[in-house]
Order: sequence, then C-alpha cells, then structure tokens
Amino acid sequence: MKKIHKRSKFQSTKINPKRFHPSQVRYLLFLFPLALFMLLPLVYIFNHAFKPLEELFYYPPRFFVNNPTLENFRRLFELTGVSGIPMSRYLFNSIVVTVLVLFFSVLIATLAGYALSKLAFKGKKIMNEINTLALMFVGVAVMIPRYLVVEQLGLIDNFFVHVLPYLAIPVGLFLVKQFIDQIPNELIDASRVDGANEWQIYVKIIIPLIKPAIATIVILSFQAVWNSADTSQTYINQDSLKTFAFYMGTLTNNTNGVAGQGMGAAASLIMFVPNLVIFILMQSKVMDTMAHSGIK
Amino acid sequence: MSNTASILLKKNPRSRTLKEHQPIAYLFVLPYIIMFSIFIIIPVVAAVYLSFTYFDTVRFPEWIGFENYIMILTNDDVFMQNVIPNTLTYAIIVGPGGYILSFLLAWMLAQLPSKLRTILALIIYSPSLTSGVTMGVVWKVFFAGDNTGYLNSFLINLGLAVEPIVWLQSQDYLLTIMIVVTLWSSMGVGFLAMLAGILNVNTELYEAGYIDGIKNKFQEMIYITIPTIKPQMLFGAVMAIVGTFASSGIGVALSGSNPTPQYAGQLIVNHIEFFGFNKYEMGYAAALSVILLLVVYMFSRVAFSLFGSKNE
Repeated sequence: MKKIHKRSKFQSTKINPKRFHPSQVRYLLFLFPLALFMLLPLVYIFNHAFKPLEELFYYPPRFFVNNPTLENFRRLFELTGVSGIPMSRYLFNSIVVTVLVLFFSVLIATLAGYALSKLAFKGKKIMNEINTLALMFVGVAVMIPRYLVVEQLGLIDNFFVHVLPYLAIPVGLFLVKQFIDQIPNELIDASRVDGANEWQIYVKIIIPLIKPAIATIVILSFQAVWNSADTSQTYINQDSLKTFAFYMGTLTNNTNGVAGQGMGAAASLIMFVPNLVIFILMQSKVMDTMAHSGIK
Repeated sequence: MSNTASILLKKNPRSRTLKEHQPIAYLFVLPYIIMFSIFIIIPVVAAVYLSFTYFDTVRFPEWIGFENYIMILTNDDVFMQNVIPNTLTYAIIVGPGGYILSFLLAWMLAQLPSKLRTILALIIYSPSLTSGVTMGVVWKVFFAGDNTGYLNSFLINLGLAVEPIVWLQSQDYLLTIMIVVTLWSSMGVGFLAMLAGILNVNTELYEAGYIDGIKNKFQEMIYITIPTIKPQMLFGAVMAIVGTFASSGIGVALSGSNPTPQYAGQLIVNHIEFFGFNKYEMGYAAALSVILLLVVYMFSRVAFSLFGSKNE
C-alpha cells in the first residue's frame, strides 16, 4: 500500500490525460511563452496585411492594427507584374499546378504503396530499401543536374515542369506503404476469392481504408508545391507561366517601400491561410497516419 | 475470372499474397518509378558523373578525375573558411538541436489533455507551413536595418541599443538570425510523428515500469517512452536532417544576395547555387552536391545507428 502511494506522486501526470491537473502547470509554464513566440510572426502578418497606409507609416511601428482595411489586398490585386501580367494570373497558375500535383501525387503514391505493401514481385525489397534511403534525399542538393535533365527533356518553359518534380515524394510513398501494411491480408485475399482483380481491390478496398494516409500526402504535397518558388525561378523564363509563390518573392525584393510591406503581408497571408485551413481540416487524419510513420 | 482460377485460389489463397509473383504489380509501381528516376535517381547519378568533369554548359563535359574535389579541399578559401564552419554551426544547432527540442515539445504536449494539446500543437506546428519565400517579407520588417524595424525599435525603446543595427547585412548576426528563423519553422512532420508515437504508447508499459521501480518522469521518458517509439524517433530524425539542409537557402532569402554579405550566411547549398547558376561551373557545383549528399547521408547513418532496429 505504501509503495503505491509513493509512486502516485509523479504518476499523477499521465501521458494523454483525460482532464487538466495542477501537475501539468510546469509544462504549460514552458509551452505557453514558447507558443506565444511561435505565434508572433503569424499574428504580425495578420495585422500588417489589414493595416491602412497611414498605420504602416507609424513611427515607432505598432504591432496591432487599429482600423483594419482590405486596401492592401485591393492594391495587390491591381498591381501588375513587370511585363504587364496581372497578379491574378500567377494565382491562377498556382491553383492549377497545386490541383494537378495533389491529384497525381496521391494517385502515384497510393498505387505504388499498394504494390509495395501487398503484392509480390521481383525487386520489391530493393525498391522499399531505395525508397527508405531516398527519405534522406535533399532536392536542392542536385538542383543543377536536375536542371540539366529538365533541359534535356525539353521541359524548360513548359507549364508541366511545375508539376512533374513533385509527383514522386519518397516520404509520401513511405507513409502510405506503412499505412497499408496495417490492413489485414485476409481482407484482400477474401476479395480475390470473390473474383476482384488487383485494380478493383485498389479502388474499392485500399483507397477507402487509407483516407488518413491520403490526407497526409495531400498536406505534404500542398505545402511543397504551393510554397515553392523554385520551379518558376529555375525552369521558367516566360513570366505568364510563373507561380504566385515566385511572384511573392519578387514583390518582397522589389518593393522595399513601406507601402510594399502591406502588400507583402497581404500576399503572405494568401500563401499561408490555405495551408492552415487544409491542415486544420485534416489534422486528426494526419495524426492517425503519423502513428504508423516509424522507420523500423 | 474463370471458375478454375477461383477454385485454385480458394485452395490456397494465402500463398498468392505472400509468395507468388504478380506481374501486374509493375504497372502499379511504374508511374512512381518513372518520376522517381527522372527527378531523383538520374540527377544523383548525373551529379556523381559531372563531379569528375569540367563542364561549363556550352562544351561537352570534359573528364578531369578528382580535380574538382581537390580544388574544393585545397583551393577554395570561401568553402573552407566560411561555408564549412557556417554549414556545421547551422546544421548542428538546427538539426540535432531542433530535433531534441521538437521531441521535448511533443513529450510535454503529450502530458496535456486533448483540447489544450491540439491547440498548442497547432500553434507550434503552424510555422512549418510557411516557407522561406513567403516569410521573407515578415523577417525583413522584423529585422529591418533602420529604426523602423521592429527589433531595432524594440531594443532602442528599452535602451538596449543606441542606434539601429543592420541585422540582415551583418557578419555578426546573419547566421544567428538564420538559425532562429529555421528553428522557428522546424516543428514539422517529424514533430507530429513523435507526438503521435508518444500518444500511442501502451499505458500498460508505464504501469509495468512503475512496478519495476521507475522513479520519475525523466526515467519514464528514457526507459519507456523513447525505446517504445524508436521508429518514430528515427523518422523524426531523418525529417529533421533533411529539413535542415533543404531550408538552407534562407540566408540568401534574408539578405537578398548570393553570396551573402561577407559570406556570413553562406551555406553549402548557396555555394552550389553560386557556382552552378552564377559562374556556370557545373562540374565544380556537382562535386559540391555530392559532398552535400554524403554529409546528409552520414548524419542519417548516425540517426539509424541510434534508433534503427538491429537487423537493419
């Protein structure tokens, strides 16, 4: 009895507790200030984006907005690029590119993930190993040979060069494969017995069961492609084919004036909010996938 | 499917999933293999090949053996005096440092009730949704070199600084700012994986641990939590390493120039870009790429030897 009493002292804080307990305060003392610090730049974008011109000029600078206005967004949308291309064009390009990447990266990763997890074929083991190795791959390291490959394929100034580099994501395939590993083989065998072919099994059994993993690839791909200015910068010379993320970069480099800061913040907000919304909508599914993310 | 086939299958359905060769699988993996080859395998192989050549993009690559590597190690002052020290400082603080921080944060969050935890986790994760480019505008105002900058104005108001500091062009501060900014946005996928891992540890393991004489939260973390979530720890480590090197263009984004002022924030990625796209010395840049890939690989090996399972 004594022993149990002694233990309960530190056991009172449990992993994943049901309710608040005073012993959690020590973690909050650390987490709250940190969260505040993490939030600061994001709160800044929100405030700056809605500041009217005269507030942007305040000295000393003020953090919070007094009279919020949509003026920065209006000026941003009216602004045209160097070669007379309206901003909406860049936004449109980004949306098309993102939708294409999301659809095809999910398709490619789930197809391959199913085969790597549940089908038998020669080279499967080595492919799994290569993919695990490729988790460590850093794209920027090979930007130059990548450029040469794209050039050889005649893809310079081709719109699809925004899409293609983002279709094979080792992390995405890895997570999907780990997730499919959890599906019992009996379920698949049973449908084979019922006469389903591999394609039908993929569409009718695998896809519905791995929605959490799909949500995760959607988030990872979205983040990678929506935020990326690299493809526009490296492979595209024609202004009308560039994306919003690239345009943002030029905006922040060329408009050093105070008025430009407001527009810059508005553009940052346009970049950031879709990321946040998608993640909030899918966060429980992502956590579900992440539970299976371990490398064994 | 014909009758005979389904009878055959019924007889021994298990062997099909486990042993029998299924050629259709190649169709399933083909799209991935094609994309993977074009954008990952071929560039890596090309980098290795080009690293042994002199290549200015105009003439055909000329084989020069190890000359690029020798040049890098013996004749590239910027590489030795700036790029290597900067990259090491940056990589060690942001990589292992950021990794330990994200594990500790995940662990602390796991001690909180679900609603509070979700909100805090979202706040801590959300910076990783931004990218260097989109945040450029924010950091430039935060760290602006005149007294309209938030940090300068703040320090001057507090009396900590007499005149504004030109943060982003400064040899003394650029690297530190890069590290802070990258750490800020580094609680990403790996952080989520470790959080999910900790939350899924079977509570009976802890009960058993208490009986075996675990005395405090620290021992609980070292002897139960970490060994149980080793696979997630490894995934998190690999993501931390990759994230560190992938985001290392930040110095150029902040200072607005490559090379960065006095090479203060010059990392190996910037060095590659500078030689490749500014000087058109593709072979030399490729050799730097190979070195970078090797460095990333070595970091990952360390992670694997710490957290990998023995039969790996």
